[in-house]
Amino acid sequence: MDERFDAIIVGGGLSGLAAAYTLAEAGQEVLLLERGDYSGAKNITGGRMYIRPIKDMFPDLWEKAPFERGVAHEEVCVMSGSGSLLVRYSGEEAPYQSYSVMRAKFDKYFAKQAERKGVSIVTKTRVDDLVWADGKVAGVIVGDDELRADVVIACDGVMSLIAEKAGLRKPGNPKHYAVGFKEIIELDQELLEARFNLKDDQGVARLFVGDVTKGKFGGGFLYTNKSSISLGMVMGISDLMNEEPMIPAPEMLELFKKRPEVSALIEEGQIVEYSAHVIPEGGYRHLSNLCGNGILVCGDAAGFSINSGMTVRGMEYAMGSGYYAAQAVLKAKELKDFYCTGLSVYEKLLNDSFIMKDFKTFQDVPEAMDNKRLFTYYPELAINMMQKLYDIPDGPKDRIIPTVKGMLGFREIWTIVTKDLRRMMKL
Amino acid sequence: MSEAIQVMGLKAKLGLDVFKNNDEFHIKIVAGCEKDPRLKKAILVCPAGLYSENSEGEVELNQDGCLECGTCRIACGSDLLEWHYPSGGAGVQFRFG
Ligand SMILES: Cc1cc2nc3c(=O)[nH]c(=O)nc-3n(C[C@H](O)[C@H](O)[C@H](O)COP(=O)(O)OP(=O)(O)OC[C@H]3O[C@@H](n4cnc5c(N)ncnc54)[C@H](O)[C@@H]3O)c2cc1C
Ligand code: SF4
Repeated sequence: MDERFDAIIVGGGLSGLAAAYTLAEAGQEVLLLERGDYSGAKNITGGRMYIRPIKDMFPDLWEKAPFERGVAHEEVCVMSGSGSLLVRYSGEEAPYQSYSVMRAKFDKYFAKQAERKGVSIVTKTRVDDLVWADGKVAGVIVGDDELRADVVIACDGVMSLIAEKAGLRKPGNPKHYAVGFKEIIELDQELLEARFNLKDDQGVARLFVGDVTKGKFGGGFLYTNKSSISLGMVMGISDLMNEEPMIPAPEMLELFKKRPEVSALIEEGQIVEYSAHVIPEGGYRHLSNLCGNGILVCGDAAGFSINSGMTVRGMEYAMGSGYYAAQAVLKAKELKDFYCTGLSVYEKLLNDSFIMKDFKTFQDVPEAMDNKRLFTYYPELAINMMQKLYDIPDGPKDRIIPTVKGMLGFREIWTIVTKDLRRMMKL
Repeated sequence: MSEAIQVMGLKAKLGLDVFKNNDEFHIKIVAGCEKDPRLKKAILVCPAGLYSENSEGEVELNQDGCLECGTCRIACGSDLLEWHYPSGGAGVQFRFG
C-alpha cells in the first residue's frame, strides 16, 4: 500500500471519531483504523453522556443520535451491611444535560456520520506499530503494510499501546485506574417505566455506595435504557487487589446483585451481555504526554476521565479532546510543522477549554476520595441514624438530638473535622 | 459448592457475549513467572475469572471469554504478562456496550 493521508487515526471510539469527523469536515484526507468489527464493538461505558460542553462542536450530530433516555432523575443509594437509604433528585427537564447510551449503537451511528463527512474508516484492522522517519512519527504499521501520514492521532483507549510505543506514556500504576464491569439486562419497557417511575423518554441514574464495595474505593451504578438496564460496578484496581476482604471482581458483582435493593430492580430481566473495561482515574497529575513529534494523544489514551465519586465522566472529554486535536492538526498544517513545535498548540487549546479547566479544578479528587471512611464509616453512620430516627421501641422513645449526638462521640467529630472535612474541602 | 455455582454463572454469562476467531493467545504469562506472587492478583481482578491457580501453585490463564478490559495488565504489569489485543476483527464484539 502506498497511499498517503493528512492524518491517520488509531481507534474508532469517541475520541477517534471526533477527531476524524472534524478533520474531514475541514477537507482533510483522513484514515481511521479500528480493530473491532465496527466502531463500538470493543467499547463500553456506564453510562450517560453529558452533552452541553460538546454540543456546539458537532452541531449536526445530536438530532438523530441514538440516545436511550434523558436522565431526569438522579439517585443515590447509600448501603450499610443491613440497610440502605435512597435519595432521588428530580428537577431536570428536557433537553436533558445527560442521556443514557450504549456504545455499540452510538459509536456505530457516529462512524456513519464521520463517513458521510468523508472519513475513510477501515474496521477489523489492528495497528501494530508506528513508522518513524526524520525524527518523527510518519505513519503506522498494520501487519506487513506501512501507511503514511503527516500526523498520527492515538485514540486507542485507556491501554494506549500506541502512545506507549511513541514513548509518551508508561504502563499504568493500579492506583490510577479503576475497572468497570457491567451487565445489560433487558426488561419489558412498560415494566421498566413503572418500576422506576419514569414518564416517556425519561431515565434514571442511580449510584450505589458503601457496603456494595465492601469498603473499597468505588461504587455500583444503574442506568435505565429504553428497554434495558445497565447495571455494574466501578472499583479501584489497587483496592480490589490489595485490600481485605479479598473478593474476586465477578463475585463482587454477584453479591451486589443479590442485595434486595438491587435484585428487586432486575427481577424478570434477562441478561444479554456482560462486559468490562479499565477506566483512567489518576486525574490531572497522571495525564500522559499529549503531544510528540508527528503524534497527538486523545481521550482515555491521554487519561481524560474523571471519577467524581458521583459519576464517571469520560465521553465528553474523549469527544472534546478529539475535536481539539483536529483543530491543532489544522493549525500545524498552516505552519507546515508537524513536529511537537507545531502540534503543541493542542495543549494550548485544551488548556483554554472545559477539559483542562475541569481537570485542574478536580485534580485533588482522587486524593480526597482515597479515604476508606467514605466507603465504610459514613454509609454505616447514615443508615444507623435512619434506623434510630424511625425506630419506635417497646417503651418510650429517646429524644432525637441526644441520640444522634450519642452516635458521634468527641473522637468521631474530631476525625470528621480535622481529617475528612479538610480533605473534602479540596473538592 | 457456592464457588462452583459462581463459576458456572460466570461461564454462562460470558456465553452470552459474541466472540470471534478466538483461538489466538493474545495474553501470555511470561515464561518462568507462573509462580510469581504478584501474578495471583490477576485471579482477584479479572472480571471474567480467567486466571486460576493449579495444584503446583502456578497461575494459569484460560483466554476463552477474555473481555479485553486490560485489568490484568494494569494489576500485574508487563514484566509478568505479554499483553496484546487480539488481531483485527477477532475477540469479543460487544452488541450493546
Ligand atoms: C464501566 C464504565 C463506566 C463509565 N461510565 C461513564 C459515564 O457514565 N459517562 C462518561 O462520560 N464516561 C463513562 N466512562 C468513561 C468512558 O466510557 C470513556 O472515557 C470513553 O469511552 C473513552 O473514549 P475513547 O474514544 O477515548 O476510548 P475508547 O472508547 O476505549 O475507544 C478506543 C478505540 O480504539 C480501538 N483500538 C485500540 N487499540 C487499537 C489498535 N491498536 N488498532 C486499532 N484500533 C484500536 C478500540 O477498539 C476502541 O474502539 C465509563 C467507563 C467505563 C469502563
Ligand atoms: S484483559 Fe480483562 S478479561 Fe482479559 S484476561 Fe485480562 S483481566 Fe481478564
